[in-house]
Amino acid sequence: MQNSNPNRKYVVGGIVLAVTLIYLLRLFYIQVIDKSYQLSSKNNSQLRVVEYPGRGMIFDRYGKALVSFEAVYDLLVLPQQLKPFDTLELCRILSVDPIELRESIKKAHDYSRYRQSAIVRQITPEQIAALNEKLYKYPGFSIQIRTQRKYPQSIAPHVLGYVGEVNQSDINADSYYQGGDYIGKSGLESEYEQYLRGRKGIRYMLVDVHNRLQGSFENGRYDTIAEPGRKLTTTIDAGLQEYGEKLLAHKKGSIVAIEPSTGEILAMVSSPGYDPNELVGRIRGKNFERLLNDSLNPLFNRATMSRYSPGSIFKTIQALIALQEGVIDEFYSVDCNKSIIGCHNHPNAHGLREGIMYSCNPYFYNVFRRIILQGKSTSVFKDSQIGLKTWYQMVCSFGLGQVLGTDLPGIKPGLIPDVAFYDKMHGVNRWAFSTIYSNSIGQGEVETVPIQIANLAAIIANRGTYFIPHFVKSIEGVDSIPEKFRVPMHTAVDTKYFDIVADGMQMVVNSQGGTGSRAQVPGVIVCGKTGTVQNSGRKEDHSGFFAFAPKDRPRIAIVAYVENSGAGGVYAAPIASLMIEKYLNGTITQTDKELSILEYKQF
Amino acid sequence: MANPRTSFIARLDWLTIILFLVMVGFGWMNVFASSRNEGTPGSLFDASQRFSKQFYFIIAALVIAIATLTIDGKVWSFFSFPIYAVTLLILPITILIGKEINGARAWIFIGSFTLQPAEFTKFATALAIAKLLSTYNFVVQKPRNLMQVGALLGIPMVLILLQKDTGTALVFLVFVLVLFREGLSWVFLFVAALAILLFVLTMLVPIPILLGVISMIALGLTWLYQRNLKFFYIGFLSLGGLFGLAFLGSKFLGSDWSLSRLFFLAAFLAFMIWLTIILRKRHNPLLIILLTWFGAIIFIFSVDFVFHQVLQEHMQSRINNILGLESDPLGKGYNLNQSKIAIGSGGFFGKGFMQGTQTSLNFVPEQSTDFIFCTVGEEWGFMGSLLVLGLFSGLIIRLIYLAERQRSTFSRVYGYSVASIIFFHFAINIGMTIGIVPVIGIPLPFFSSGGSSLWAFTLMLFIFLRLDTDRYQIVS
Ligand SMILES: [Zn+2]
Repeated sequence: MQNSNPNRKYVVGGIVLAVTLIYLLRLFYIQVIDKSYQLSSKNNSQLRVVEYPGRGMIFDRYGKALVSFEAVYDLLVLPQQLKPFDTLELCRILSVDPIELRESIKKAHDYSRYRQSAIVRQITPEQIAALNEKLYKYPGFSIQIRTQRKYPQSIAPHVLGYVGEVNQSDINADSYYQGGDYIGKSGLESEYEQYLRGRKGIRYMLVDVHNRLQGSFENGRYDTIAEPGRKLTTTIDAGLQEYGEKLLAHKKGSIVAIEPSTGEILAMVSSPGYDPNELVGRIRGKNFERLLNDSLNPLFNRATMSRYSPGSIFKTIQALIALQEGVIDEFYSVDCNKSIIGCHNHPNAHGLREGIMYSCNPYFYNVFRRIILQGKSTSVFKDSQIGLKTWYQMVCSFGLGQVLGTDLPGIKPGLIPDVAFYDKMHGVNRWAFSTIYSNSIGQGEVETVPIQIANLAAIIANRGTYFIPHFVKSIEGVDSIPEKFRVPMHTAVDTKYFDIVADGMQMVVNSQGGTGSRAQVPGVIVCGKTGTVQNSGRKEDHSGFFAFAPKDRPRIAIVAYVENSGAGGVYAAPIASLMIEKYLNGTITQTDKELSILEYKQF
Repeated sequence: MANPRTSFIARLDWLTIILFLVMVGFGWMNVFASSRNEGTPGSLFDASQRFSKQFYFIIAALVIAIATLTIDGKVWSFFSFPIYAVTLLILPITILIGKEINGARAWIFIGSFTLQPAEFTKFATALAIAKLLSTYNFVVQKPRNLMQVGALLGIPMVLILLQKDTGTALVFLVFVLVLFREGLSWVFLFVAALAILLFVLTMLVPIPILLGVISMIALGLTWLYQRNLKFFYIGFLSLGGLFGLAFLGSKFLGSDWSLSRLFFLAAFLAFMIWLTIILRKRHNPLLIILLTWFGAIIFIFSVDFVFHQVLQEHMQSRINNILGLESDPLGKGYNLNQSKIAIGSGGFFGKGFMQGTQTSLNFVPEQSTDFIFCTVGEEWGFMGSLLVLGLFSGLIIRLIYLAERQRSTFSRVYGYSVASIIFFHFAINIGMTIGIVPVIGIPLPFFSSGGSSLWAFTLMLFIFLRLDTDRYQIVS
């Protein structure tokens, strides 16, 4: 038996008694002496009231509201406080199905008995008025005000995007969100979510046992005040955007217009589109489903996602690179030898300007050959690799082959083939200029998306520099737009060469025999270039046209595509012309041209 | 004095049994009161009736109690290590197949029935510790033997921590009391208490203030041991001034934790004085003060470093949660506030059985489990609190008394273990509901609803009662 520490039992017992004594004193204090607990218990409950701030409005460049909001009402339930109630009457007031209501309540109960859940959403003001009178008969139910999106102009759905309820991955990504919250799902709504959403306010209210409000919990110590969403001013010209959508109505195609001196996007049209008001409120789910299943794909933003061969538009880049590389000069001339590569009938091109004006395929076949085969290696394969490497780097400096840093989600990069691409496609040393020559006229492997071509127009308008095209003009409470939109980007081609190409583009539109004469605008020197995109197989070519105007101090750079509508000069050029006139002059004088476009319907 | 020849019934310690029955009975009344309102709104949400379930749990607990009394005490001594091993083996299985409730993966399902194996680890560890300490030539002060004890306690702690059941894991720290009774040096008790105090203080008090206060205390004590009365007054006044400042500061901060901060600081001061008084006879007090001061500062910085640099954010918030520092009033801090309101609203005589508004309207979450004392406080008032605290301290003191009268080391150590474990649960659980101790989720023995806890404590207690009836035999 080892019992060598008999006195220590008093220490252990002493600790027990000391703790008991301290606790008793504390209990005596809070139960008997301090009366404040008895008071607070009388009006104590944990009602958590969420205040949803109005989502930030979105404006066009002149301050016209593109997106605003209006109040809507949700019915909330706190399952803990539910008492048996007249289900049928409630369902009649709200015009909802009793079985659905019962299931929503069950779901809310399973989620949490102590937290409010929204069970009927977006109730109309009339229903709310009717419900408010009878709300006392439904303990546990309450009404919450939220705001929902409203689009006064009904334009630019692809740019503005839409707002929807958060899903589980949104909640996982950002703990700010809780089930039932709304989030920008696409477009600018998604891109500028953190500014537009504002901040939810949460108030903890005291409620007595009869569910009557007794004021705020702990004097609002834990409350957060709702902060309204920030206003977003975009670069969009609402009038121009609306006009573009009118021109493209009933056609498949897209328009992108940029202010070259800033990179601000003036208009971005993708057709067919939809009325953004269709994706709001209780009708949203049904309409979204319909748009999703529409074979014309109205949810798809053709301006940023449609990958086309650039066609003849690409000849301007070939010319610029050849000039910079010094493999041609402005007087370089080539006979139109159709045995090399097909061409239309036109006089032989004397000098680069005429080459662009006539859009002569053999001419640019030779230009591209001189870029690729510079004789830097005796092996034609090696020589092609060296040439393509240089060419690839220079093309990429025009923002092609990569995702532009534009503030819109989902922009496609297009494709500019490099050495590795052809090595993979054909094998190392198994391809040469003769394999890849189609790229000389913008066919072959090169692919671009319309916004890149609009940017190309801006580059030529600026004679070699560009600003990343963007939609943000200002955000309320933010000093300046992101730096990436304020810093000019430089191409690998010197400014002096751009004037030659601009001359050629002027002749495309304004000289006898040019392919883009339908792009003329009275009183304005338009520089442009057609691009007919050959479609593999059955359908007609896509019609493309890019331009900038006026030639000196350009104010607009634009691209227009109309799918399956034939040569670029036919529909794309007049659309570009009308858009330029609308933007520069504010009015349309070419009413015949306008009528012919409006009357052309593909569906 | 009881005669070894008297009957088994007469040798039983009926006082303990009566205390047990009163606690279980009163506990059930409160579970009934707190859960009667659950699931009442409409027949749509018919929740299982917790109080009827609890009734069957209690019946089963009584069966366990009687069955345990019929088992010879030698069995527990003989099989203590196998029992310990088996309960440890079940823990990893729980981590693998267990169900997660409230973030802890500590429950296993047998049919529709949930069991929390960690509850049974406590009595098994008590058996193992008792067995180890009763082995021939075991001396607590020997480092080798201490390491054996550390291993016996550490393994279940780690396994339970892996289940993310921090509260239950902390229970094993209370064995320090048992070891202390068996001859562990005072220093261990002090160092353990100091570490816990400093850890909590580092979380609660800004480090500069903490360092300043600790340095002032060390300085004051140094002056004190110079036996220079002038220095003593200076030190006393400056400390007093400092506490005055701290008190004023907490007034202005208005934090709910301000009282606790003062409490911890005062405890730290008392501790420092106590330490030096105890040790001054044997060692140079100045050296000890200096070493303690130095060690405390290093400890504070390492805690701060580990907390802010090493731990990830979610672990930080978990610790903050345990310490009640979470700002979300619907989080742990909210529970605390609600529980204080419920208890405080009870007044002196309480609102009466089933008359509580706070607990019955579910303002206090988890009210029938970890926060059952809220119902007691609200419906039975200070009288109820007095009864419950009296029952617990009476039971614990009685168990210490019983443990001390054992002849075998095994029975004595086991008895002390039972008393200490019940004490830890009692102190943490009630301390948390009245805002003295951080919110750590462990049940109140014999009161909280749920089978595992009740059965484990019943088993633990009645093994000891059986050992007590055998105390005239030599159980080794
Ligand atoms: Zn030709």
